[in-house]
Amino acid sequence: MSSLLYDIPGPKARARNRVLTAVGALVVAGLVALAVWRLVVNDQLDGDRWAVLFDPRTEVPQALLRALGRTLQVAVIGMVLATVLGALLAIGRLSDRRWISRPVTVVVEFFRAVPLLLLILFSFIFIPAIGTPVSPFAALLLGLVLYNMSVLAEIFRSGILSVARGQWEAGYALGLRKSQLMTTVLLPQAVRRMLPVLIAQLVVLLKDTSLGYIVTYSELLRTARSLVEFFGNTYSFQFYVAAAVIYILVNLLISSIARLVERRTRKDRKARAVGPVGLPDEITPVVVPGGGPDRSR
Amino acid sequence: MSVLIDNLPLLLRGFWMTLVLSVLAWIGAMVLGTVLAGLRVSPSAPLRGLGYTYVELVRNTPLTVVFFFMAFGLPQLDLALPSFFWSGLLALVLYTAAFVCEAIRSGINAVPPGQAEAARALGMPFGQVLGQVVLPQAIRTVIPPLGNVWIALVKNSSIASAFAVTELTAVLSRLSNATAGALVWIGLGVALGYLVITLPSGWAVSRFERRLAVLR
Repeated sequence: MSSLLYDIPGPKARARNRVLTAVGALVVAGLVALAVWRLVVNDQLDGDRWAVLFDPRTEVPQALLRALGRTLQVAVIGMVLATVLGALLAIGRLSDRRWISRPVTVVVEFFRAVPLLLLILFSFIFIPAIGTPVSPFAALLLGLVLYNMSVLAEIFRSGILSVARGQWEAGYALGLRKSQLMTTVLLPQAVRRMLPVLIAQLVVLLKDTSLGYIVTYSELLRTARSLVEFFGNTYSFQFYVAAAVIYILVNLLISSIARLVERRTRKDRKARAVGPVGLPDEITPVVVPGGGPDRSR
Repeated sequence: MSVLIDNLPLLLRGFWMTLVLSVLAWIGAMVLGTVLAGLRVSPSAPLRGLGYTYVELVRNTPLTVVFFFMAFGLPQLDLALPSFFWSGLLALVLYTAAFVCEAIRSGINAVPPGQAEAARALGMPFGQVLGQVVLPQAIRTVIPPLGNVWIALVKNSSIASAFAVTELTAVLSRLSNATAGALVWIGLGVALGYLVITLPSGWAVSRFERRLAVLR
């Protein structure tokens, strides 16, 4: 794609590119060398320090796996609830009755504009204050659902609105009621288009579960922290790296699934009537040859 | 209600800290993100790879983990930053830069290829093609997504509260022993602090998007 910006390099350009590449490589090598040097000086690359991550006798791999399970658990439950509520809110916001659409709009806009951490912390502090005990899991889940349902509601709404205008008009011309139009014409087409976006939102949600660390839900990050407290500071760097690597691997996996589904829906004839729905920023948009991603519409 | 008035100085200090943190992080992320976007469209394959790797790694890492590394990982390497404010700021810059990079890059890709081709046909080198033809047009399509990155950044700055930066969300944690009735007011006060920044930014972005839609 970016090759449009420059010609096929001639001898001079090739020489310049080589210089550029060499300079770039030097800078990168310098940064890597600095990192390695700091690691070596502090004995962080010591084999024993890393072995603890893979030795089942230390219970570390098991603990990390269980933590990943808890992370995925809250992410999946949160995603399901947020999807259902988000769909309801989207339909509510598109309602012709103002006494429905106005309050729904306020709810959606409020929860989208407020930091997720504030929602989680508030649930964690406020619910016990009115006399109901709340587990860290519940507080985290509540915050995640409130925030993501609003984000998903907007995704759904833009998906429904992006179904070609002619489809709405054809439906009304046939005498369909709005609820019939929604369920038989608009939603089936919109959902096809939105599937990749939904999967991509799962990456965002999964990353946000790490906020559970702050309300002491023992997900990956909190577990890494507890392991450090248990094994002492010697291993802290290794445990944090392990947690980060697990997050990255799982998210890369989900992102690639999102991209795969996106490519398949683009080929799907039934989804053609729907305009493109932008993937959230967490996912690299697939570059269409000659056109570029159409997020700027 | 009176709890808000009692704690007004605290709230205002928190709001100010959130604003300072966000603006500084925004400036840093814009600089680093532009450099990364330049790398991602550069003619040199290793540099492209470098930009790509950075963006993919950072975007798939939770921000809390980035904060963690800055606050607790770097000291392990004897690279401690002067204070938690700086480690929080660095975490926000490094994280947000990846999103700035992607916003700019998709803006560059949205410029019709004929523009770059025409510029090249006139014999312009890469720097001129990018600087005089493509970027000035890309800026227009880039502003709405960059606005969204700014809104996300303001909200993300709340995570700094868990890493000993006394910004807006930290006010809620500090007053967590208040009664339920007082907590509602404090929660609303803190939320209002964010809404004051995020809602106008959101309106500005959508206004700009509509004006752009007419232009194209």
